[in-house]
Amino acid sequence: MSYSTNEMMTVAAARRLRNGAVCFVGIGLPSKAANLARLTSSPDVVLIYESGPIGAKPSVLPLSIGDGELAETADTVVPTGEIFRYWLQGGRIDVGFLGAAQVDRFGNINTTVVGDYHQPKVRLPGAGGAPEIAGSAKQVLIILKQSNRAFVDKLDFITSVGHGEGGDSRKRLGLPGEGPVGIITDLCIMEPEAGTHEFVVTSIHPGVTREQIVAATGWAIRFADDVQITAEPSAVELNALRDLEARTASAHGQAPGEA
Amino acid sequence: MAEILSLHDAVKQFVNDGDSVALEGFTHLIPTAAGHEIIRQGKKDLTLVRMTPDLIYDQLIGAGCARKLIFSWGGNPGVGSLHRLRDAVEKQWPQAMEIEEHSHADLANAYVAGASGLPFAVLRAYAGSDLPKVNPLIKSVTCPFTGEVLAAVPSVRPDVTVIHAQKADRKGNVLLWGILGVQKEAALAAKRCIVTVEEIVDDLQAPMNACVLPTWALSAVCLVPGGAHPSYAHGYYERDNRFYQAWDPIARNRESFTAWIDQYIRGTADFTEFKAKLASAAEVAQ
Repeated sequence: MSYSTNEMMTVAAARRLRNGAVCFVGIGLPSKAANLARLTSSPDVVLIYESGPIGAKPSVLPLSIGDGELAETADTVVPTGEIFRYWLQGGRIDVGFLGAAQVDRFGNINTTVVGDYHQPKVRLPGAGGAPEIAGSAKQVLIILKQSNRAFVDKLDFITSVGHGEGGDSRKRLGLPGEGPVGIITDLCIMEPEAGTHEFVVTSIHPGVTREQIVAATGWAIRFADDVQITAEPSAVELNALRDLEARTASAHGQAPGEA
Repeated sequence: MAEILSLHDAVKQFVNDGDSVALEGFTHLIPTAAGHEIIRQGKKDLTLVRMTPDLIYDQLIGAGCARKLIFSWGGNPGVGSLHRLRDAVEKQWPQAMEIEEHSHADLANAYVAGASGLPFAVLRAYAGSDLPKVNPLIKSVTCPFTGEVLAAVPSVRPDVTVIHAQKADRKGNVLLWGILGVQKEAALAAKRCIVTVEEIVDDLQAPMNACVLPTWALSAVCLVPGGAHPSYAHGYYERDNRFYQAWDPIARNRESFTAWIDQYIRGTADFTEFKAKLASAAEVAQ
């Protein structure tokens, strides 16, 4: 089956969620990938949304972080304060699944401002739940489309910390979680290099060239010694994703793929 | 005891110029009608508190009600930016507005601390983040038992909190369910609390352990069916996703925004009239 680069990204991200993992899900791309994982390889993944649903099993993707569908399909719905206090800070989240406006080579995330904080060029929505998810989840996955505007050499603002300045930065900061273990894009998968914790390309999606990846990265991106070729999306994965998007589009009155 | 009042009277009586006001509701049960009434009555110099300022605060900010915004995520969910919020921050229109920015975990904890009568909240947060550099109120505290350094943030104790809920009984006891966000904490953290509800019934028939706010903890209860539109009220109506999309072009420039506020908010007597006007405009458009 032929497929788009966005579909490859979502499928590659979904594969990273192991069955049974407890996953704190951001809205948008992370939510799409996490639900695809639940509908394919990881039926017992537990999805937690910051609005309060624990064990949500939505049949259509939520447009907002607190859609009624999430509450109705959840094992339980708890207050938002409890989500952050007991379930995240309490150490019960295996994987924090985040999107980002911008990332740097250490997986630090900016969702606050481009330019000066007080005289911003672009004012972004802000932190939401991400800083503490990035800090306290045992592991973090980041999913976003790759471009040199999003993958920048230096962030104007670190909203949510990844590996900080690299090396043992996270340990020095006293952060409980391991931090980001993968950045999944529409071109490739990056993982932190042992020791430096700088993200390097470890898997390239089929048909993508190294030149494309270099051109779409704002820092001098490096490639691991043994770079893999990402396995193409299977028919099962693609059908599950397309069905999910079609159901979502029909429920929300959107064009397919818009969700 | 909460008084059963019209929304007009409740806002007139309990919201003052210069107050800190939290209109809470996490995607669900957003008290839109109350926000409109604050604009209608021309309240000003408010410090607005809300984890997720969305359309309701875009309207209040653009209408000139806000002096300061305390928040943790500001956007039009699933659509994009809040243009009025951005115009206020970037271009000081219609007036300069101070922002005090936190994370969700921080503000959620700050409401819990406020409801608990504590001066500050403590949480494991912000290590490695730049937010403490731009918000001097984010400080740290050392655990006296383990020596761990933790974030300390001031509790949120609004002058008035406004929430929307599904039901009240005739005494003013309130029942809400579904996604609860921080509404209970925000209600109990505030000096005064207004609750708008979908319906007033003889008996709440609340299940044991349900989220019930007793009448004696509230100031006013107002019957405002549909008052959370365009967000949703679980069991009553769904989220009006199209309105969130339609808001984007309305709010994108100052003229179209002001025309909308003049026509739909300042040009209507109350939420019932607003709904009728919105419905007739939708009919014409079809």
